[in-house]
Parts: sequence; structure tokens; C-alpha cells
Amino acid sequence: MNTHDAANKKAAIRPAGFGVAIDVGAELQREVEQFLYLQAELLDGKHWQSWIDLFDDRGVYWMPVSPEQTEWEGSPSIFAEDKLMMEIRRGRVSHPNAWSQAPMWETNHLISHVVFESVEGTTIQVRSRFHMMELRRDTVRHFGGSYRHTLVRDATDGLRITLQRVDLFNGQAAFDYVLQIWV
Amino acid sequence: MDLNSLVEPDRIHKSAYTDAHIFDVEMEKIWERTWVYCGHESQVPKPGDYCALTIGRQPMIMVRQEGGAVQVLYNRCPHRGVQLVGNLKGNTGHAFVCSYHAWSFHLDGKVRAIPLAKGYENTRMAPGNPDCDVKRAARVDSYRGFVFASLVDEGPSLTEFLGEACIAFDDMCDRSPMGEVEIVPVCHRVIQHSNWKFFMENQLDALHPSVTHQSTGIAAARVEKRLIDEQGFAPLYYHYLSAFASGFEQWDAVQTINFPHGHGILKAYMGLRPQDPDTLEHENLLKQAYGEQRAEHYLSRNLHHTLIYPYLSVQSPLQQLRCLRPISADKTLSEIWHFRLKGVPEAIYRRSLWYYNLVNSPATMINADDLENWTKAQWGLASNGGDWVSFHRNYGDDREEGGIIYSNHGTSEAVMRNQFRAWLTYMQAE
Repeated sequence: MNTHDAANKKAAIRPAGFGVAIDVGAELQREVEQFLYLQAELLDGKHWQSWIDLFDDRGVYWMPVSPEQTEWEGSPSIFAEDKLMMEIRRGRVSHPNAWSQAPMWETNHLISHVVFESVEGTTIQVRSRFHMMELRRDTVRHFGGSYRHTLVRDATDGLRITLQRVDLFNGQAAFDYVLQIWV
Repeated sequence: MDLNSLVEPDRIHKSAYTDAHIFDVEMEKIWERTWVYCGHESQVPKPGDYCALTIGRQPMIMVRQEGGAVQVLYNRCPHRGVQLVGNLKGNTGHAFVCSYHAWSFHLDGKVRAIPLAKGYENTRMAPGNPDCDVKRAARVDSYRGFVFASLVDEGPSLTEFLGEACIAFDDMCDRSPMGEVEIVPVCHRVIQHSNWKFFMENQLDALHPSVTHQSTGIAAARVEKRLIDEQGFAPLYYHYLSAFASGFEQWDAVQTINFPHGHGILKAYMGLRPQDPDTLEHENLLKQAYGEQRAEHYLSRNLHHTLIYPYLSVQSPLQQLRCLRPISADKTLSEIWHFRLKGVPEAIYRRSLWYYNLVNSPATMINADDLENWTKAQWGLASNGGDWVSFHRNYGDDREEGGIIYSNHGTSEAVMRNQFRAWLTYMQAE
């Protein structure tokens, strides 16, 4: 029995009705946490292509407008991007005449509350919380919310993202300016 | 204030964009008099459904009546002035009830009950006095489901105000075999750190896309071309982005038509009539509903978007609408909506949804650069580096017929000259 199957045998670790959370063991917990930290550091370091490479070929980055939405296709969204669209966004922000990228601009992500919802075969559902501070010119903006990653194993047993769902807690508040890069 | 000295035929004084007093006069003489867009009827389908909005500086409520009409009220209790709704939208049941002293009002604003009403006997606020009612917008009217209100009794009717710019709503609704659209109940709200005029000018400024949006246009064109090379086609939504990188000459060939009241249209440039099975099914539905000839007329309208001055940009072929709610001389709220055509295949909605998500969402790869331009424009105009904003391009070259100005060049600044002609008329009214 591999570690993933063993994880599924674990009991739920919190009372029913308060969000699914299972104990997957320290090894998988640590591996996935490190993966999420890597993803955040690649964004903060502006390593766009390495960040895109974390996604499976069919991978999707989706920021819905509200928590009730369930399908990334056919929904009004803030982001709804497959890898081709990610490539366009990367190409755009990397272009010397991406005018809005001229001002001083940095982000800083914090990731926490890493909780597993399921492990089925090689598919892992994990949710976490994030807080992103964004500096633009001399102003700091805050974006907070939840990630829900669907992860799979690639040919070398590494983790890849098939769906990253990002629920901003302030996604329906007025945006002061807009977002230019993935949160 | 000598407005004539600010508005010359080919240039505008910077204070029109930066001066707080001029902004106040705009709110008073333009927004709080003319017809202002409130929302779509489908936002408030059931009695008691409401949306909060502003008309100029006035907080208003658009509410569905028991009898089915839509009314627009001031969001203000006549007792002590507390706003009656504190949310952007909701359902208030059969009455508005003030959270302070429980005065309650029918959905048309008439007072319904006052606690301990005896205490008002022999006062000005005795029952029956209209001062006890919530004040209503002076005039409310709608055009094909789009609701407008005016806060004054006098002035042109809604259809007179819209004039030929009503094509914005006709073109959107006529694309439905039922002649109707319904709102997608999501509103993206984005703050622009700039005067509202920059947005209105930019919408019909055909010279800026290939400069401002070059980065996105090029990145999208690269992927679009690769897909075409590899598989023979690319989905239409890549073209939504790559079209922005068209050359100056292509943009110069796109005509603008400029109407009275500052309205105007930019003609089509995107080629939004592909011949895929979904489009053909849609077109067949229109032919069944309207007959071959009328359907063809509807489908061949040459229109990218329509401006309804001074606050609305309607992209009817893609069923989207952006509405400005100015906050101050250097701050503007934009509300961005999408509509569904009733009775058409889901694929048609999904195709236009790509535009809503890619161009109009708060993660837009297009407007990000526009917003940056307008912010820098606002700062530039606040400086002493110059006093004037130039609108000289193709000045004297435009063709005027019957009050309508046709640009001979798509990039002519006729658009801005026409908008300021309307602005001056509004601002100089008694």
C-alpha cells in the first residue's frame, strides 16, 4: 500500500459540517506544503514560466467571482485561464511596452491553513489560505482568500496542478485598479 | 467661471479634468438633470427587488413595484435622512423600513406607517403630507428593458436624449430571436483614478489601441498564429486580444460617427460574424423569428460599440456594458455588466463571455494599460507643464450632415470635439 492509499484510510480530523479535512500523514502534508510555498515564491520572484510549468498540460487557473460558482468554463470570472492564456499573460507582462508594468511593482504571498480534502489514487484535493500584499508605486494593496488545488502526479512522480481555484474574499468589492498577474 | 474660455473647437483647458468646482457643476448640470442609466429590468425581477446606485451625487434605489413597473427613489428616509437600504442589492419585501425609527414606505415611496403616529398630529409631518414620502426621481423611463431616470421634470424625453444612439440597445436586443436580453447577475466594479472624461474619450479613440495595448496584442497574436499553423484555426477569443495590435492604418480606416448630445459609435473592426455551426444556428433562429431580410439587416450592422454620453459604453455585438459613476474630479467608479441574449444557443453566450473575462474583468489584460494611461494623464494635467489638451487631429476634415459628424479618419479627434460641444451645452444651461 503506498502512502496515498494509506492516507485515505485516515479518519476525518474535524467534526462534520465544518469543512472536510483529513489526515494524510506528515510526509504528504509536507510535500504539498512545500509545493504551495514554491508556487508562491515563483510568483513573488516573477519566474512566470517556471510558475506556469507547475500546471499540468490541461491545467487551469480560475478565480471565480463568487464562492457559489462551480464550473470554470461558462462562468463570469476574474481569471479563467488555460496554459495558452497563461502564455499570453506572461508574454504581455514581459513585453518592454507593457506600460502598466513600468511602475515599481512587487508582491509578497503568505500561505497557511493547508488542509487536505481528499486523496484518491494520484489525485489530491487540498485547500489553503493566502494573503498577498501588492506594492504598486507607493501603495500597498491586500488580497486575501482561499486556494483550492487539484494536484496530480506527473511522469516523474512530481506534483502538477490540474485546477487552481482562487476565491478572493474581496472579489466582489470594488477593485482599486486591477490585477495584472496571478494571485 | 467663463466656460467659453475653457472649450475651444480644437483644444480644452486642463481644468475641465482637474478642477473640483467644475466637477461639482458637472454633477449638478449634467448628471443630476439628464437621463442617467440605472440598470436593467432583469436586475429586479420580483416585487421588492432593488439595486442601489448613484445619479451624480445622489444615492438612489431602483425597485420593482407590486404592479410590475420599475421605480427609482432617493435612498433617503424623509424623517431624519438615513439611507433606507445599506446594501447594493436585495429584496425589501412589501416595504422599505428605516433602520433608525421604523418609518416604513410602500415600494413606490409613499409612507406606509409611522410608529406612534399620534405624535405627529398638528405638525407639518401629519399623515397625508407628501413630505412624509420618500422622494422619487422626477422621471423614470426604459428603452428595451434598460432603465433610465432623470432628476428633473423638464428636458428631452428618453428617446429624444438617446437619439440615434438607441442603436446600442436595438443592436443588442435584436440579436435575440425574442428581442430581449437578461442581465448576468455579476457586476465587476473598478475604480479609475482619473476624470470620467478620459474613459469616454478613450472608448472611441482608435489611435491608442495599437500603442497602449501593443504588449497584449502581440502576445495574443503569437499564440493565435501558432494555433492556426498547428490546427488550422484558433478560437475567436484570441482575436479579441490580437485585434488590439492592428496597425495605425487599419485603425484609421475604422469610422466614427458622432451624434448630438455627445453620443457616438465606433464601427466594427473585429469580424464578429464567423461562420461556425453555433453562429449559423443563431442566425437561423433570427431568420425564423424576423424573416430573412430583417435578420440580415440586424446581423450586418457595422458597429463595435456605442457611447451614450457622458457615462455609458455599450458593446452590443458582445452584449456588454460599462457605466461610469463619477466620484470626484480625479476618481471614477466603473460598473461592468454582461447580458445574455434570450433564446440563443449557450455557445453564443460563452463566446462573448470570453471578452467579458479577458477584456472587462478586474484581471483584464487590456484595460490595465488604459487605467495606467488615465492615471498618468490626470497627474500630467494637474501640472504646470501646459494648460491645454489637444484635440487637433483631422480638425477641419470631418463631414457634418444633419447634426451628425462623420469622421473621414477613424483616428480623428472629432469624437472628443463632439463630446465637448455637448459638454459646453450642458454646462451653460441655466
